[in-house]
This record gives sequence, structure tokens and C-alpha cells, in this order.
Amino acid sequence: MLSTEDDILRAAEGWRREGRAVALATVIETWGSAPRPVGSHLVIDGDSRFLGSVSGGCVEGEVITEALDVIADGRPRTLEFGVADETAWRAGLSCGGRIRVFVERID
Amino acid sequence: MRLETLTALNAERAARRAALIVTDPEDGGQRLVRAAEIDADPLADILRERLRSGRSGLGEGPDGRPVFVAVHVPPVRFVVVGAVHISQALVPFAAQLGLDLTVIDPRTAFASPERFPNVRLIAEWPDKALEVVGPLDAYTALSALTHDPKIDDPALIAALRADCAYIGALGSRKTHARRVERLREAGFDEAAIGRIHAPIGLDLGAVSPAEIALAILAQVVSTLRKGSDKPRDAAPAGA
Repeated sequence: MLSTEDDILRAAEGWRREGRAVALATVIETWGSAPRPVGSHLVIDGDSRFLGSVSGGCVEGEVITEALDVIADGRPRTLEFGVADETAWRAGLSCGGRIRVFVERID
Repeated sequence: MRLETLTALNAERAARRAALIVTDPEDGGQRLVRAAEIDADPLADILRERLRSGRSGLGEGPDGRPVFVAVHVPPVRFVVVGAVHISQALVPFAAQLGLDLTVIDPRTAFASPERFPNVRLIAEWPDKALEVVGPLDAYTALSALTHDPKIDDPALIAALRADCAYIGALGSRKTHARRVERLREAGFDEAAIGRIHAPIGLDLGAVSPAEIALAILAQVVSTLRKGSDKPRDAAPAGA
């Protein structure tokens, strides 16, 4: 309600209209202490520029890498991050929570 | 997401109408459901509950498939009546919180751009100013801070009629008791009048204008997020 997700979605639309390749990442589920609420967005373009946040910085790098794959093949993916996951070694949530992030291309 | 869907969603948001994006995370299937279209939707019950709570989330459709519903409600506007010292302190706090702030005061000595350089300022009586702001709605918070019933009362009445998300009024208990009398005479019942937070602000023991501004915004956030300004511990069981 007090967020600026609105601006991120407007940016996503604007970037796409400029002809940039764009992916949208959305937090769809959280367990335990997650840094960003369900519905939070990260928008990524084909040059790895991004706006917004899905984890307050913990896993953004990983999400951006995956987003570039989504941009390349157009297939949406659901990513999961957290201490209970082997990805914790690469990109974990230090707060001990777990999140699922849906990444899709803007077509 | 298709660009048309994103564009339509952004159009709804720009028009201050609630909308939902329904996504099947397994196959990426997706659609936009405008608030007015919920009743006709196959997932009407799920969507209605999501919109009511304002919370996006993952659930299960009637066919057992996962369904993610993203709730998009308009950004909250904050209308402050009274270009007073407290309002000056409110400006930077409200900006940090992402509240879309408008300050209204017909007294041009108060409502001067020098005193309020970085915020939308309307030097008109509330009735006229609210025409400029656009209709008050359930995604608007309003605080009346002038201490002058001629200015505060019409704004409070408009906020009560529009069922604003938060309504607050500055003034002592005594001042508020007189206000309650006037509102009763204007035809409002106890339940409606009880929606006005007065004395305004969470009880922080605030003294300075900035502290009072903080107390008001803390109460606004609490009301928007929890539907109440009561501490979590004091909430009744199951609430």
C-alpha cells in the first residue's frame, strides 16, 4: 500500500516500449523472515540493468542471471532461495527465510 | 507478461482503480482482472478475499493448479488540511514513506510556496481544493490540522462520506468534544464519528512539530497496515 511497486511496473512498460528486452521478477511466496513481501518486483533488462528489489539485495544477482536466460528463451521460471536450499552457498538469505520468485519475460 | 496486460494494469493504477494479476506459475498463463470484473471471474471468491486483505499470494484454484494473485491497489494519498508547522514537518517523512501528499489551506499566509517548496500545495477552501485533488476514496488518508472548525469540519465531513482509509483531527479532548457535537448535528452517528482519530497521532508523548508529525504518520501507517492503531499485543485473540 505504501510501496512504489507502481513506479517499477511503469518502468517495465517504458523500457519495453523503448524496445529493450525486459524480464519481470515477482516474489510469489515467502517462509519465515523474508526481507521483501510477496508481490515485490524486480525488473531487469537485457543489459542487466535493474530496478526494484525481491530480497533487499541478498539474491538479486542470482535473479538477474536467471532473468537473462528467461529473456533469451521466453520460458518463465520459478526460483527458490533460502538457507534450506543448496543455493544458499551461492546466494542465500542471511535472515534465514526462504522465498520463491517467479521470473517472466515481458512480450 | 504480455505488454498489453502490463499496459492495462498500469492504466488501472493511474486511474486509482484496484486490479489483480492472476498467474499460473507452472505454465506462465496470466490475466488481468479489474476490480469491477471480479464477480464474473471463475476465481471470484479467491480474488475478492485477496483484494479485501490487500495481500498478494499463492493459492490453489478449483482445478487444483497453483495460482498466484498479485494485488495492485492504488498508492495511498495523504491529504493534510492546514499548512501549519506540523505539516511542514510531515512533508519529508511522507515522501520517505511513499505517501502522495497534498497540503490544503485557504489562508495564503500559511499556504505559501516558501513554506512548502517540495509538495503539492492548494491555497483553497477544502471543498474547492478537494475538486482539484480528485474524489476522496478508501485509499486516501486525511488529517485536519488547522484548529479552525470552518476549515477542518468540511474536510472531515468529506472524508467521512468517502470512507477514507484514515481520518485524523488535531485538537485537545475538549476541542474534539465540541467537534463531535457539530458532527452529530450534521447527521453523523457514533460509529462514523468514532472513525476520526482524535486526539491525533499515536501516543508517543510527542512535543515538537516533527514529533507530532511522526506520531500522526505512525498512526496512518498502523491503520493502513493493520486496520488499527492498537499495539499487536493488545489485539483481541484471533485478530
